Amino acid sequence: MLAFVLTLVLLLGIVIVLAYAERKVAAFMQDRLGPTEAGPYGSLQSVLDVLKLLQKEDIVPAAADKKLFKLAPILIFAAVFAGFAVIPFAPALVPAGIGIGVFYLLAIISLDVVGLLMAGWGSNNKYAMLGAMRSVAQIVSYEIPAGLAILSAVMVCQSLDFQEISYQQGALINQFPGLEYDMNWLFGIRELGINTTTIGGILTWNIFRAPMLLVSFVLYFIASLAESNRAPFDIPEAESELVAGFHVEYSGFRFAVLFLAEYSMMVLVSLVAVVLFLGSWNTPLPNIGPVSLAYWTSGTVGELSGILWGAFWLLSKTFVLLFLQLQIRWTYPRLRVDQLMHLCWKVLTPVALGVVLLAGIWRLLMV
Amino acid sequence: MTESLFYFLASLTLLCALMVVISRNPVHSVLFLIITFFTISGHYILLNAQFLAAVNIIVYAGAIMVLFLFVIMFLNMNKDSESRVKTSTLSKFAGTIAGGLLFVIMVAAVKDTTIAGYNADTFTSQTGMVETLGAVLFTQYLLPFELASVLFLVAMVGAVMLGKKEAGEQHF
Repeated sequence: MLAFVLTLVLLLGIVIVLAYAERKVAAFMQDRLGPTEAGPYGSLQSVLDVLKLLQKEDIVPAAADKKLFKLAPILIFAAVFAGFAVIPFAPALVPAGIGIGVFYLLAIISLDVVGLLMAGWGSNNKYAMLGAMRSVAQIVSYEIPAGLAILSAVMVCQSLDFQEISYQQGALINQFPGLEYDMNWLFGIRELGINTTTIGGILTWNIFRAPMLLVSFVLYFIASLAESNRAPFDIPEAESELVAGFHVEYSGFRFAVLFLAEYSMMVLVSLVAVVLFLGSWNTPLPNIGPVSLAYWTSGTVGELSGILWGAFWLLSKTFVLLFLQLQIRWTYPRLRVDQLMHLCWKVLTPVALGVVLLAGIWRLLMV
Repeated sequence: MTESLFYFLASLTLLCALMVVISRNPVHSVLFLIITFFTISGHYILLNAQFLAAVNIIVYAGAIMVLFLFVIMFLNMNKDSESRVKTSTLSKFAGTIAGGLLFVIMVAAVKDTTIAGYNADTFTSQTGMVETLGAVLFTQYLLPFELASVLFLVAMVGAVMLGKKEAGEQHF
């Protein structure tokens, strides 16, 4: 129960910062100032936005399917929020450390789609319906390259447990029960004979342990942009053609929940990318001879120092990815529907299949 | 605790399954079917079959049911056609007889069964875990598994062939 409240508060904090960052980054990239009035440098803008939304009237269209319309935002947010349950925030700190964490995450996120269809259909609005259709087609399609990219990481790590995958990517690998005698080699190739087990740092991140995971990281990042309906894959809510897509009829609190779900999805996919490919809560600094930077910046497992360092590294890496998402949104134009599907099925999926094959071969070199 | 959870889940499953048939709106039917799949996944989790539970949600609730929803939404059923669904007397009779026969078969099948107990000494709680499942699939059932994967590959190749670029088509 405590984990639930803590994660929710943390998530709300991150989303508010993210909403502010989005406005400021957009303004910076377009040579504007962005919000300046509310608080110093407009930093209270997103808090006030939320307050404003909460005061608005909750409008339910007369012709809508009222039950579905009211239930949809809750379902969408619940589906995304349930995904956070398996994300490890630090060594020895994970809300629910279940053995099939990766699989559970994929399963629970696919529920998001049902909520989107409920919202789009329940609104009884052509734009909402079209938006929901596009959104679902896009999410279902992009789950395939994303799933294959995740699969390649799972094949290299030989585990579906996020916490075990996290431990493997750092100098603390031998502290996880079951991994006491596991070793990391440079680029994951045993024949090179360079043991990086105690060096840790960036050298043991998954993208270094198995270099083709760098490709699958890029694949996953692109697919995750589509899954969270971010530009350049934002055709479901394309303002210039569909007004706002599936949430066009929502107002007040329900809109705030949808908004929250969308930003939570961004945070979640970035967290998953960090955990699977970018070393999770592990420090990027390696041990160099007597200068054991990795141990100094990891803290002690199970104690407050370990939790603080772990959360710090995890969240900093996540924020870097989130910034990248914002930057891409304000850089690239929106894709057309056919281009979107072309990219997914004819570019990303074949490459992802190739990477899965390579990951299997690499795993054989690692042991 | 587990027992009461089981009865709660079981009654929820039956209720939702009934609602699939009873509810007049086809979209509601599909949504109830999704809840039914969820409760069945709950049963899997009670049986400590985590992997099966997750697969059930991904495949049925996440993919197939979404396809169902798509199709039903495209059928364009408005208020009029919902309220005046015409069923002929013949098809009502046929439906009742077919359903009744199925029920008789089920009763006949279940009537003589006994609940097989389990030996607490040899029972492993890890049976439903992904490691055990993988080991069984890749040793004892390797051939059916590989054949099924070939089948999927063929389906995928077919889909790619259908989506091939036609002459004169430009994407970018």
